Amino acid sequence: MKALLVGEYRDGKILPSTYELVAFAQKIGAEAAMVMIGDTRTVPKFQGQLLLADAATYGEYNPDAHKKLVQEAVLRKNPDIVVLAHSSYGWDLAPRIANLLGAAQISEVIDYADGAFVVPVCNAKMRRNLKAKTAVTVVTLQAGAFGLAMEPEGTPDIEPLDIPDRVSSVELVSYEAAQKAAVDLSRADIIVSAGRGIGKKENVAMISELSEAIGGQLGASRPVVDSDWIDHSRQVGTTGQTVSPKLYIACGISGAIQHLAGMKKSEFIVAINTDRDAPISEVADVMVLADIKEFVPILIEKLKAVRRSL
Amino acid sequence: MKILVCIKQVPDMESKFRIDADNAWYSEDDLAWRMNEYDEYAVEQAVRLREQIGDSADLTVLTIGPDRVREMMKKALAMGCDRAFHVKDDVALRRDPFEIASLITAFAGDRGFDVIFTGMQSQDRGSAQVGVLLAEMLNIPVVTTVVNFSFADGVITVKRELEGGIKSVARMKTPALVTCQLGLNTPRYPTMPNIMKARKKEFITVNSVDLAKVDARLSTKKMYFPEKKGGLVLEGDAGKLAEQLLDILREKTMVLR
Ligand SMILES: Cc1cc2nc3c(=O)[nH]c(=O)nc-3n(C[C@H](O)[C@H](O)[C@H](O)COP(=O)(O)OP(=O)(O)OC[C@H]3O[C@@H](n4cnc5c(N)ncnc54)[C@H](O)[C@@H]3O)c2cc1C
Repeated sequence: MKALLVGEYRDGKILPSTYELVAFAQKIGAEAAMVMIGDTRTVPKFQGQLLLADAATYGEYNPDAHKKLVQEAVLRKNPDIVVLAHSSYGWDLAPRIANLLGAAQISEVIDYADGAFVVPVCNAKMRRNLKAKTAVTVVTLQAGAFGLAMEPEGTPDIEPLDIPDRVSSVELVSYEAAQKAAVDLSRADIIVSAGRGIGKKENVAMISELSEAIGGQLGASRPVVDSDWIDHSRQVGTTGQTVSPKLYIACGISGAIQHLAGMKKSEFIVAINTDRDAPISEVADVMVLADIKEFVPILIEKLKAVRRSL
Repeated sequence: MKILVCIKQVPDMESKFRIDADNAWYSEDDLAWRMNEYDEYAVEQAVRLREQIGDSADLTVLTIGPDRVREMMKKALAMGCDRAFHVKDDVALRRDPFEIASLITAFAGDRGFDVIFTGMQSQDRGSAQVGVLLAEMLNIPVVTTVVNFSFADGVITVKRELEGGIKSVARMKTPALVTCQLGLNTPRYPTMPNIMKARKKEFITVNSVDLAKVDARLSTKKMYFPEKKGGLVLEGDAGKLAEQLLDILREKTMVLR
């Protein structure tokens, strides 16, 4: 199988997801070339051919030009699969490439087995093995699903890539830097996080009390933050903070991949949830099947009693 | 201004799922159904744009699905859409993103929508393809993962959410499409008077076969539950559970020492 990897470059840097593409190609034993809209001074460590277009010329976010550059690379390399990260760059660009090539796209691939691409369905409760009916398949890879066994290495063979058409129907105006989180959860030993399963804003107090009783910090999943129940500085996940406390207690959190990515390295994970099949069970050391509203107040009482006796 | 918002009905993700007899999809029996979460933000933003423009604006909400989608469509009408367009299709959930985008293109192709909203992805498939494919097929600009939207003088300005808290600001001229990310706005709850008003709004139903004939680009080899990896599962009386949990924490972690 021949793979064309679409590397990611932003704001003068190679994004680490680029190496997950390389790891994927290695895992499935594909012969890989890479295409990137980047710059000649900052090239990825990669043993193979790199078709390199200049980001200063085409723009870092100019999907019209990027899709045509990838198409040009496809014409030159004739791959069976075009591989992108399932990231803000990848999921934005991949369908454009698929449409241009008349190819099928398979999104958020987590594995490759028996000649089929494996993807999660319904918040990872199920899996599906898919194949494309088209000559070329465009795939995007779930972040973190494929990791390099060792440090990336190699110096690519650079082949300049240019197309005549540079127009963009979308204009990138600026980047906005991440806001410095007022609360640094990455240093916390214990985090107790509230998810949508707590039911309503008034119940935040209960989770907050639990976090205090156990001597930890309050965390949150995204919907709780989007609804303004808890401040964004406490959000855990890909668009919040990445944490690895000694103890993480997830209260009413289903365990979507974007949440797991932010906390699965925690040393010990407790999930309190009514749904035994919630994907958080995949990473939980202990899954307590209970209703938050009933269980947490009792847990707080017992905890306080234990503390008093210590 | 003509506005279109495309929405999908999905199962409640807390449902107990079963795999269908052909091992290619989940069984659609005995599930609770709701509007795809991302689409709620899309509907809200479309309604806000409609309100901003006023009487000269016209907002159509479109879905593809079996008869059960009517409830969801009524909700979208009650939130403020002017008209519902239901493409009736009993196997809609099994259709791949290319088929769905092609069907919507067949509908939207010559209707001259100025702004189209979709969710960034659906909760069941999570493909994040339909919005972008639709825009590409219609040959209009599209920006994905939008967390902020504004419109003035024929120009849409959006904020895109990137990784690690970084955002980018992008601009494009209408006609254009945006795919909406969680947190873009606060979707409204339909009020009783608006639910009543929605009953009188135009509700068009067509069969998908009358709209276009499209062939799938993907085939499913199998669908299955992943092997359970997790740890200990505790259930039973809440008081006992709490004591069990504290014992485990005392033994396995530094807490309570
Ligand atoms: C690009 C992108 C980035 C994202 N970034 C993040 C991120 O950084 N962080 C993040 O968290 N999410 C993020 N998300 C959202 C993510 O996909 C999920 O939607 C989100 O994590 C779900 O939050 P939740 O688990 O609290 O809610 P839900 O998925 O709704 O889960 C609620 C859980 O509570 C349980 N429950 C319900 N009632 C009770 C009860 N009474 N007692 C006990 N349990 C109960 C349910 O069984 C369910 O498992 C992102 C999504 C995208 C597309």
